[in-house]
Amino acid sequence: MSLPDPDSARLLTALRALLTAKGIASAEEIAETIAVTDTATPALGAAMVAKAWVDAEFRSLMLSDGARAAESLGITMRGMPPLGVLENSPALHHLVVCTLCSCYPRAVLGYPPFWFKSVSFRARAVRDPRGVLAEFGLVLPETVKLRVVDSTADYRWMVLPLRPDGTDGWSEERLAGLVREGDMIGVTVPTAR
Amino acid sequence: MIAPGTHVRVRDDWPETRGPCHIRTPHYLRGEAGVVTRHLGDFPNPEDLAFGRPARTLPLYHVRFDRSALWNDGGANEDILVEIFEPWLETQP
Repeated sequence: MSLPDPDSARLLTALRALLTAKGIASAEEIAETIAVTDTATPALGAAMVAKAWVDAEFRSLMLSDGARAAESLGITMRGMPPLGVLENSPALHHLVVCTLCSCYPRAVLGYPPFWFKSVSFRARAVRDPRGVLAEFGLVLPETVKLRVVDSTADYRWMVLPLRPDGTDGWSEERLAGLVREGDMIGVTVPTAR
Repeated sequence: MIAPGTHVRVRDDWPETRGPCHIRTPHYLRGEAGVVTRHLGDFPNPEDLAFGRPARTLPLYHVRFDRSALWNDGGANEDILVEIFEPWLETQP
């Protein structure tokens, strides 16, 4: 990963001026998009996951059209790429990576963790995914299929993790409190705590 | 349209060697065999969008690859699911 160089601020200023001059995006549109991105946090995705755990109808909507499910909870999806949701099961675990750049479901998780953009995570997620997960403290039994989802194009992908044991009767809010950003890209799994 | 379950091979093509380009098909999949799992929708070709050219709308598929076959290193029970645009896929006879 490279550090910002001293010219990056000048480059950004020049790029913004060009976008405006060419009529591609106005200063207001850029500001609005930044504002929307800044407000997104993993708590949005966690609320979706918790609702899917307790509400079968919402779960079904979330798996068929993640963006509509997010919008139904008041999450801003306008101008965002389609959101695909990957359902973990006892026999199948998903891990999300973008080997080409840093595609990430920002609308529902906010900014990605710093390592998500690192060359080593991107390369190793498809080369040695079980080794990568073990370094995050997640050792999957060999009998669980591991599916790495390389986010290369127009979709953004999030994982719907398994509801942890020992959470019977918990409220949606309490369940949402268990779900961390790593659980929704598959480097970790939520546990009752 | 390529039906789910169809065996495909990613084109063993390297436009990077011919000049400036923007390619959304990862290097590690060029020439590799996979299976289409579903049609994700139709989207403007990013290879043209990146250069501000008029972009044709292309079918985008989810294609599944056996991870151990890609790297020839064992480690079964792992696969890789990737979005790939139709012109990059060859259907096998």
